[in-house]
Amino acid sequence: MKLEGKQQIWNDYQKEIANDQYYYARSCIRQTFFPGSEWAYLDILGNKLGKTVFDDPKHTTCTGIGYHSDVVPVETIMTVVARHFALMTEAGFENMTPSCITSFGIYTEILHTWEQHPEMEEKTREFLWKATGREFRKPRNLAHTSDVIYKFRNEIAAQKKYSLKDIHTGRPLQVVDHIGCHYAKMFPAKGIGGAEFPAVLSGMVTAWGGESIDYPERRHCCGFGFRNYLVLANRGFSVANSKKKFESMQPYEPDFIITNCPGCAMFLDKWQYTISEMEGITYGHNGYGIPVLTYEEMAALVLGYDPWEIGLQMHQVSVEPLLDKMGIPYVPEAKYKNAKGEDMGHPAYPTYLKVY
Amino acid sequence: MMNFWGFSIAEARVIDYDKNDKSLAEMLAEEMPTTRLCIGCGGCSATCTAGNLTEFNIRKLQMLLKRGETKDLRDQLHKCMLCGKCLLVCPRGVDTRKMILFLFRQLSEQDHNS
Repeated sequence: MKLEGKQQIWNDYQKEIANDQYYYARSCIRQTFFPGSEWAYLDILGNKLGKTVFDDPKHTTCTGIGYHSDVVPVETIMTVVARHFALMTEAGFENMTPSCITSFGIYTEILHTWEQHPEMEEKTREFLWKATGREFRKPRNLAHTSDVIYKFRNEIAAQKKYSLKDIHTGRPLQVVDHIGCHYAKMFPAKGIGGAEFPAVLSGMVTAWGGESIDYPERRHCCGFGFRNYLVLANRGFSVANSKKKFESMQPYEPDFIITNCPGCAMFLDKWQYTISEMEGITYGHNGYGIPVLTYEEMAALVLGYDPWEIGLQMHQVSVEPLLDKMGIPYVPEAKYKNAKGEDMGHPAYPTYLKVY
Repeated sequence: MMNFWGFSIAEARVIDYDKNDKSLAEMLAEEMPTTRLCIGCGGCSATCTAGNLTEFNIRKLQMLLKRGETKDLRDQLHKCMLCGKCLLVCPRGVDTRKMILFLFRQLSEQDHNS
């Protein structure tokens, strides 16, 4: 096959991402589990890349968790999403950038449904008008925030202070990228690389000096699927998915895992503790776990943000081994201090999983 | 290990060729080279008296053996009545009854030693 042909095919796996003027839709659970990620995103976009991002306080949950758990009816979630679009329209923006993969999937699914069934869009407009007196325009561009970071990966690389390299050996860090299922598995054309050739995170990794690991279970779900983890009796299946991935990636000795989905980041991080307590197994080096970062945290580290400022102390698996490899300075005593320098208290130590 | 979560990790329903112990299949192939000739036609299973009454299936035994799924093999083996009809119909001349006896003996020895 000619190179031009390959490039042509790869073009089919790209998507349009707006260049500026983003309406930002926060995630419900990311703010709880990884509170520095969204702050880091806004700071990088606004202060490092000079982009305009509107973080709307009137924005609410998309109700995706309830929808995927059969608690919220489709008409309700469509009306909630219509309200988001109305807020975006009122704020004068056209480019919707949700921080959550579930929200991204929800927006994509609803826009697709409205395209296929215009009567449902009309009905939703009617519901929204009756409930709130609002009207909306559909987004001109819909991109996940990882798409935005991917788009500006080379600009970030130009400003980077640290590379994804082991400063002691010069070896590129070996990175496992894990992409949320709702990013491109439902609508492959809406994700960079589609469902088969996920490139949104590996593109960032290679641009910033690391190497992506193509391990056997790379595309396997982390097990977060709402119905799996919400029902206690199903959680054994949920954690089994993460375990399968850990076992598959461990022989490649990954330096860290990067994800673009709130649930995946939480599960891949915290299940390592659960598995260690249940079975005494750890997957990192010398009894430690494999650190798990969000893409914003990875971008922030590369750009020289303080690890505790972006909330890396909130992770279950200690990130210090990774910081040491990258040569990023940190103050161990400041790990559990708040902005005023007051002690926030220390978490309990796991039985088997080593932590700093 | 502690478990206060109210659930445990579900066992994966995958056949992991990298982890399964295939030493029994290798031992059998060395001891009885004709077992390598099996083409999986299922003639043995079709004619099996025990198979008519139970879920016993000699072709499946061969498959489990080659995959290294010894536990399932152990659960099935004792159902054979050793009538020998299977070896009469085998188009490749595999001595299936001898194979069953060999596997039974090996697994019994393993149980005895463990």
